[in-house]
Amino acid sequence: MEVWKLPISATQKGKLISAGYTSISSLSSLPSSDLARDLNISDSEAQHILKIALQGCTRLDSSSGNHSVVNGAQNAWDMFHEEESLIRITTSCADLDKILGGGINCKEVTEIGGVPGIGKTQMGIQLAVNVQIPLDFGGLGGKAIYIDTEGSFMVERALQIAEACIEDMSEYSGFLCKDFQAGQVKLQPKDILENIYYFRICSYTEQIALVNYLEKFVSERKDVKVIIVDSVTFHFRQDFDYLALRTRILSGMALKLMKLAKMFNLAVVLLNQVTNKYTEGSFHLTLALGDSWSHSCTNRIILYWNGNERYAYIDKSPSLRSASAPYSVTERGIRNSASNCKRVKMMGTIT
Amino acid sequence: MANKLIKEMGLPKSMANIFAARNITTAKEALSVTEFELMELLGVGLAEVRTAIAHISQITCPPHQTVSTSLSARLLLEQRFQGEHMAGHLPTRLKGLDAALCGGVPFGVLTELVGPSGIGKTQFCLKLSLLASLPASYGGLGGRVIYIDVESKFSSRRMIEIGVTSFPELFHMKGMAQEMAGRILVLRPTSLSEFTERCDKIGNQMVFFCFKHNENQDWTSREVTGVQTEDFVRKRLQQIKVSILQNQVKLLVVDSMAALLSGSLAEFSRIPVVVTNQVRSQSRDEACQYSFQWHRGETVEDLRRYDSHLIAALGIHWAHAVTIRLILEVKTGQRFLKVAKSPMSPPLAFPFNITSSGISLLTDDGIEQRGSEINTIRFQGHNDIINFDGKGCIN
Repeated sequence: MEVWKLPISATQKGKLISAGYTSISSLSSLPSSDLARDLNISDSEAQHILKIALQGCTRLDSSSGNHSVVNGAQNAWDMFHEEESLIRITTSCADLDKILGGGINCKEVTEIGGVPGIGKTQMGIQLAVNVQIPLDFGGLGGKAIYIDTEGSFMVERALQIAEACIEDMSEYSGFLCKDFQAGQVKLQPKDILENIYYFRICSYTEQIALVNYLEKFVSERKDVKVIIVDSVTFHFRQDFDYLALRTRILSGMALKLMKLAKMFNLAVVLLNQVTNKYTEGSFHLTLALGDSWSHSCTNRIILYWNGNERYAYIDKSPSLRSASAPYSVTERGIRNSASNCKRVKMMGTIT
Repeated sequence: MANKLIKEMGLPKSMANIFAARNITTAKEALSVTEFELMELLGVGLAEVRTAIAHISQITCPPHQTVSTSLSARLLLEQRFQGEHMAGHLPTRLKGLDAALCGGVPFGVLTELVGPSGIGKTQFCLKLSLLASLPASYGGLGGRVIYIDVESKFSSRRMIEIGVTSFPELFHMKGMAQEMAGRILVLRPTSLSEFTERCDKIGNQMVFFCFKHNENQDWTSREVTGVQTEDFVRKRLQQIKVSILQNQVKLLVVDSMAALLSGSLAEFSRIPVVVTNQVRSQSRDEACQYSFQWHRGETVEDLRRYDSHLIAALGIHWAHAVTIRLILEVKTGQRFLKVAKSPMSPPLAFPFNITSSGISLLTDDGIEQRGSEINTIRFQGHNDIINFDGKGCIN
């Protein structure tokens, strides 16, 4: 391995190479005082360089010394078991959960897009509430981070959805185990609101900064199970003179979010806007931010109007079949569509 | 926060000096490049760059809040139970609409009125201006109003008329009408550049104002679209493809305004911001479905149905930027007010009339709309209604 591959500054590299240290092995048994003299730098700086060089060496050794198990890899069988045991975040719409294989998956980045007013923010708030359903009720019992770039998050609405969610849970518990008391659900609506960490972002710089900072934030609060960005698009559709810069910043951000999802075993949900695209001689709606962005999410769900009903369509997913399912936005949140929804509503009024 | 200077962020002295020497002064500049570019630019190691970026990021990103404390939801709830609808909302005094919007036009977000000409957008704006300028004891905000009148349609006579009819006891008090009307400042920009310039100025003034008088809430109403739509009609005469391209360029301008309005102005000063948007007929080429829908053979007949419809003059890009969209339309001779986009309200439609006291709802129970009908803008039988109302209300 050569010196220029080391993660040290350009000036230090320059000094090393001009002093004749081109390979790492030439640094391996060197006392720091010699290096400091040769490079005309302080002793502490020389020690720092040697430390990094040593790390470079050992990483090389461990990966090349043991061919059968490559460092950091995981075999497919283990992954399969792990995926099986993961709990998904329900969308509260049974039809949608069905095509999603149970809900929004942890460890993955899911993008949800659609025209204005279709229910993207509603979906976001619903997921922020649903992630808190306790383990006993088949939920994750986690917390949520809600990153609001558009200012469309409404506390009143979050409260409505939280109240409906708790009502549904108590109904469910009464149904399952009649011998228990009805007051099984200890969760209060205000607890649910307290467990949503809310960030209001006013520029794309803040958005980048926040994504950088999230790693530290989440590592201090391991029970965060979902990060919702509503919407990832807003600040990136203006203020940019150079689209190349935008593409690079966006893909950098997507990478960091993906890393967060894997590292802390949480779901990342990005809400996206739509735009017009000209293909094959006609205009179509498509999600914003362009083609290179469309590669950066694991799953892509498009919300759209089909006649008079709202539908969700799985546009892209490595594991799910492309399919669509109707859903509706009710007073109580996201629910099954039309006929089913009426029944739910009636049940709501009786209890 | 984004333009905060790096030297004020409390980085170690040596690191801060390196940033300053390479002329990287703001967080925006530091965070727009990759770690490796920074290593190259600054001439320091990866570890140092990472620590510096982490530090800058932490300082730059806004503080987190839990939802209940952030917008003081509990406080808000308590107030609601006490019947104080005032917290965070400007009531429109249209009972049904206020109920649907949890108390009125919310502070801190962008609310948009869309509708064909003559439907009552300006009437709605005039009424809202009055309501905001009412003294707090009468349920108003007791503050100043900035009314940006792009189309030169603001009628002070009509406004006083609405005031006198809606709040006779107040407006017949001596000097009250003058005081109230004196609080409404009307701006009449004649070009788009003048308008954006004014917006910027207002942004600055408003921030200043809010620092000075924390309790005095202002309220602005903006008729944004006059200029753009005129522009658009002219361009529609050119080739379609060219016009679409220009349309996009124009939308960028508009949207950066939206960012200015919703991002800094509305949010920071926590005032309601209302804009109006005109309508235009939808051209056949415009997309209203995704390509996968086409492949699946869905909603083909929709194309024909949409043909006759009007759509908001500013396109889909703008529509994403507003938080609440109210559509005013005429269906079979009856005016309707629809809550087309709102994070908290179900899709409701209210029939309304325009009377001498402004807009009044015929019923406070909204008709729940099914499906995408909520987004359509109809304008059937409008001739009768306008002639009739012209006699009825303007005198």
